[in-house]
Amino acid sequence: MTTAGLRLARPGTIASRRSVRVLEHDLLVFRRGWFSYLLSGLSQPFLYLVSMGIGLGLYVNSNGGAPGGVPYLDYIAPALLVTQAMMAAAFESAWPIMGKIEWDKTYQASLNTPLGATDLLAGDLMWIAFRATLLSLLFVAVIILLSAAASPLVVLAVPVAVLTALSFAAPIMAFTATQTGPGGFNALFRFGITPLFLFSGTFFPIEKLPLFMQPLAWITPTYHGVAAARSLSLGQIDPVGLTVHVCFLLVVIVAGVAAGRVTFRRRLVV
Amino acid sequence: MSETATSQEPLIRARRLTKCFGSFTAVDGVDFEVAPGEAFGFLGPNGAGKTSTMRMIGTVSPVTSGELTVFGLDPAQHGARIRARLGVVPQADTLDNELSVLENLLIYGRYFDLSWAESRRRAKELLEFVQLTERSNDKVEPLSGGMKRRLVIARSLINEPSLLLLDEPTTGLDPQARHLLWDRLYRLKQRGVTLCLTTHYMDEAEQLCDRLVVMDRAKIVAEGSPRQLIDRYVTREVLELRFRRTDDETDDSLHLDGRLEGLAERVEQLPDRVLVYTEDGEAAAAAAHERGLRPASVLVRRSTLEDVFLRLTGRSLVE
Repeated sequence: MTTAGLRLARPGTIASRRSVRVLEHDLLVFRRGWFSYLLSGLSQPFLYLVSMGIGLGLYVNSNGGAPGGVPYLDYIAPALLVTQAMMAAAFESAWPIMGKIEWDKTYQASLNTPLGATDLLAGDLMWIAFRATLLSLLFVAVIILLSAAASPLVVLAVPVAVLTALSFAAPIMAFTATQTGPGGFNALFRFGITPLFLFSGTFFPIEKLPLFMQPLAWITPTYHGVAAARSLSLGQIDPVGLTVHVCFLLVVIVAGVAAGRVTFRRRLVV
Repeated sequence: MSETATSQEPLIRARRLTKCFGSFTAVDGVDFEVAPGEAFGFLGPNGAGKTSTMRMIGTVSPVTSGELTVFGLDPAQHGARIRARLGVVPQADTLDNELSVLENLLIYGRYFDLSWAESRRRAKELLEFVQLTERSNDKVEPLSGGMKRRLVIARSLINEPSLLLLDEPTTGLDPQARHLLWDRLYRLKQRGVTLCLTTHYMDEAEQLCDRLVVMDRAKIVAEGSPRQLIDRYVTREVLELRFRRTDDETDDSLHLDGRLEGLAERVEQLPDRVLVYTEDGEAAAAAAHERGLRPASVLVRRSTLEDVFLRLTGRSLVE
């Protein structure tokens, strides 16, 4: 007990034995729905890659392909891997978390045990990371199946996708704890997540965006996740660029977790 | 149960305990102590500060000012250690609808760091205790209100707590479900579990509590055993008179007042009836009849905590 207390008190350390209990809860729930989850996790990449990568790719490739003469399928596959993880994580850190805070109040029940608000935040972040890992592994399997990657380093796009997912999940969980209803989520997805999916270099390079929008794209985690995953998948690695991308994601995660610790406490411990 | 206090030290001790939400004072400098093995109640209407007090004891709500110790520990310093020994039955069920009845208990045991095997052993035992064994693998959603309440009580016992906090445990339940629940709580008390509960039902307080405090508007207005409170604040019996209303209601009540004068120690006029506090209800009824009063119905009953509350606050408990 005392050692756990000390470990928790160390700043920056939020994963603890107690937060793992929260992850166990989520896995217990997952025991019921894992099959359909994996099935849809497998069908999504097929649908996207076949329709856009292969279908739309016919037109793009006949016009010289993506930048550097890369086949369009190869160009968008790692980007879709990252954006799918991002969208799933954004969703899971909004409505389901609101349910645990407000609708079912299961967080309240958890707080009557030795668990604290930070354990709930950390545990559910681990859970979202776990799901993002599953989805991304399935996605990479489909990419390999469709020979849509030039380099075996594409498997390293999985951790990049998970980091991108967390860079959304952490700040959105922090935001969710400030909301009393789902109204804010609609705006968040309409004006935040969907544009990010479309305009962060996913389907075309951000250099094609109007000049004033380019710095805007640069400060989004999606852009960095997509760029990093793409360089790995295409085998065109620039170590400095890759480091910058990953560090950017890490900074956003750390900031999101710090914000979440504050908003979770404020919301749940009153 | 596992960590029964041995000394005379109170399990809970509050001095000038205060809780504010912004400029609103929910609990205003209350003092109380709960001894090991006791069943202690907070009786009061909604908004009296009962739940806020319970949440502070449960260490899920920080104390604004004053002192509070639970198991001799400071909630601000040792929240997790205190919670490890507490059982909590919150006002809302807060059950997990995504899990089965058994799983709700299993994972709760894990939160208290029990092994899966131990958690399962206790969960099965507790489902037996609250008579839900047949529903083990069912979802929580279709359970009746009484069953959900029993499941929440089973959940609160998974860590074998020495102190059980119950916030309005039977609100919204039908009489049969309430009696079953009371029976289970009574058995726990016999096993030495300290009970601390809030209620706005006087019969519940009378059934379960050795000692209670009456709360009203963030303050404690009286303290004692149910019997002591009744003896101290009201008479042994109450005569209830109901009158058929005439067209002009206010005139009707004024009219009565005069004729009940001097009939008993105290007469309380409620919107729908008149309460006459007296040592001998039958005699008072006869006297009222002699004075020419012809109520539509006459009832003589023993005084309850409801009467205590009315006396203390001038308002009835459930409005």
